Amino acid sequence: MTAPVRVPVPADLSGRLDDPDALVRLEGVAKTYTARRGAGAVTALEDIDLSVPRGRVLGVIGRSGAGKSTLIRLVNGLERPSRGRVIVDRAEISSLSESALRRERRGIGMIFQHFNLLSARTAAGNVALPLEVAGYDKAVIGKRVAELLDLVGLGPQANRYPAELSGGQKQRVGIARALATNPKVLLSDEATSALDPETTRSILDLLGRINRELGLTILLITHEMAVIRAIAHEVAVLDGGRIAEKGDVFEVFTRPKAPITRTFLDEETGRTLPPALAARLTPGLAAGEGKQAVLRITFRGPHATDPVLAQLTRDAGIPAGILSGTVDEIAGRPFGTLVVAIAADPGTVERAEAFLTARGLDVERLGTLDLAGWQQTAAPRATDPRHVA
Amino acid sequence: MSPELLRLLVQATLDTLQMVAVAASLGTLVGLPLGVFLATSGRGELLAAPWLNRVLGLVVNATRSTPFIILVVAIIPFTRLIAGTSIGTNAATVPLTIAAIPFIARLVEGAVREVDGGLVEAARAFGASPLQIVLKVLIPEALPGIVLGLTLAVVSLIGFSAMVGAVGGGGLGDLGIRYGYQRFMPEMMLAVVVVLIVLVQLVQTLGDRLARRMNKRLRHG
Repeated sequence: MTAPVRVPVPADLSGRLDDPDALVRLEGVAKTYTARRGAGAVTALEDIDLSVPRGRVLGVIGRSGAGKSTLIRLVNGLERPSRGRVIVDRAEISSLSESALRRERRGIGMIFQHFNLLSARTAAGNVALPLEVAGYDKAVIGKRVAELLDLVGLGPQANRYPAELSGGQKQRVGIARALATNPKVLLSDEATSALDPETTRSILDLLGRINRELGLTILLITHEMAVIRAIAHEVAVLDGGRIAEKGDVFEVFTRPKAPITRTFLDEETGRTLPPALAARLTPGLAAGEGKQAVLRITFRGPHATDPVLAQLTRDAGIPAGILSGTVDEIAGRPFGTLVVAIAADPGTVERAEAFLTARGLDVERLGTLDLAGWQQTAAPRATDPRHVA
Repeated sequence: MSPELLRLLVQATLDTLQMVAVAASLGTLVGLPLGVFLATSGRGELLAAPWLNRVLGLVVNATRSTPFIILVVAIIPFTRLIAGTSIGTNAATVPLTIAAIPFIARLVEGAVREVDGGLVEAARAFGASPLQIVLKVLIPEALPGIVLGLTLAVVSLIGFSAMVGAVGGGGLGDLGIRYGYQRFMPEMMLAVVVVLIVLVQLVQTLGDRLARRMNKRLRHG
């Protein structure tokens, strides 16, 4: 594999608009669509401040209609902001003329959910297109195209038409095409949403490799937590056109603040209780016959595999039953959640919380579980083997 | 059929081919860019020029809604200006071309509008200019559809060219009317019809085959 020739970063950064590490910056950006015939404006984005540091991967997650597509299209000027500034490298994209914008776009690659390959051109022909448009001569194009197809592992398929390629192969062609003009940043618009899980993984692996080996900055949008988890360093959660939460992926995922982030996480990481138990859970702490306090313990980083329940029982004398649990990896760091039940007595709960917090774990009270009348009156066991850690 | 009549039939066939070929070529020369422009100049589109788009659309519709036989008569002064006469093969080519232009334009417009908007977005994203998008994305991607449209246009032109026979144009229609009908020679009429059927079949088969070969959207082999 041959790394493409990269434009050197200028040593003189005095003319830069801000922090040289942020390759892409959105400052106070808003986007409003004026409906035709004065039917009222639609606000797609509001108060967006976001930056992608050079060489990092920023993932923007949101549901459909949250404004993700608009956001990513602001970065290469396919959309213009109604307010605020969009800056890529040193160029203020949001104020460039259409022809200046075309030149800047050669430094901003983009891949799409539906690949958007030309059906009448072969894989090689598709990768060659941005180079033809940029006016390179034939010999240069031929060499570069072969290089790019090798990079994405499609050398043997160079002369196949898109209709003869699988979804994953088409996206590889899309990636090769996006990299053709040596971009500084790659925009990924739901690039894996049309692919099956296995293909998704291989495409994400490829993007991760490109980020590491070529130092390419990536801004991606997705509605899937798994995508963020697999390759993003930073995450921004978009909700109703605003950024609900942003930060380091591990921090946001293990200590989510915004409710929308929690719902994404609950769907994704098995933080939810089995339905049979969830139905018997009431908020707050209430002592009584058959009542159990439910705590969620979050293990981060090095603590993820600590035998903490054994310690809780042995050292603090508080027996705990496991309701559900997972151990996982986020941004390459281990992370686990465990939902446990202990005696619903205020003193015991406080002691357990103090014990666990002292060991670097996050503890959250979920409520009280009423097991009276349930078939298992002993320490509850998870009903579904999938939820057992 | 006597050798004399056969010679007439051959000459008429050649005249028809000439009229159709010239009208189709000139029609494509003007109709193709016009069709591409109609497909891309609406509000908010690639070459946005909504007013010009609307005006051209009106002209195209007006020409298309005029029955061909009336168009032929209506533009006789214009035909004289161009061809120097209003009778014969060369003169007949003028109204044929005028009728072909808007017809081909609409067919091309339809084919170009079929191209997935995502391709235009991708091309814009890697820095292509509107002209580059038209030449390198829209026309190549629409080509199978354009070829099918042109095939349809040529078939229609063969029919129209027979009609100009009624007003003194040359070709197969003229032969059929003068010999087959006015002189009541059913074998000549039959011969004219058979030649027309064969021509249309040939054109259609050729067009279909060409379009299929160009269409890479289907898996083959």
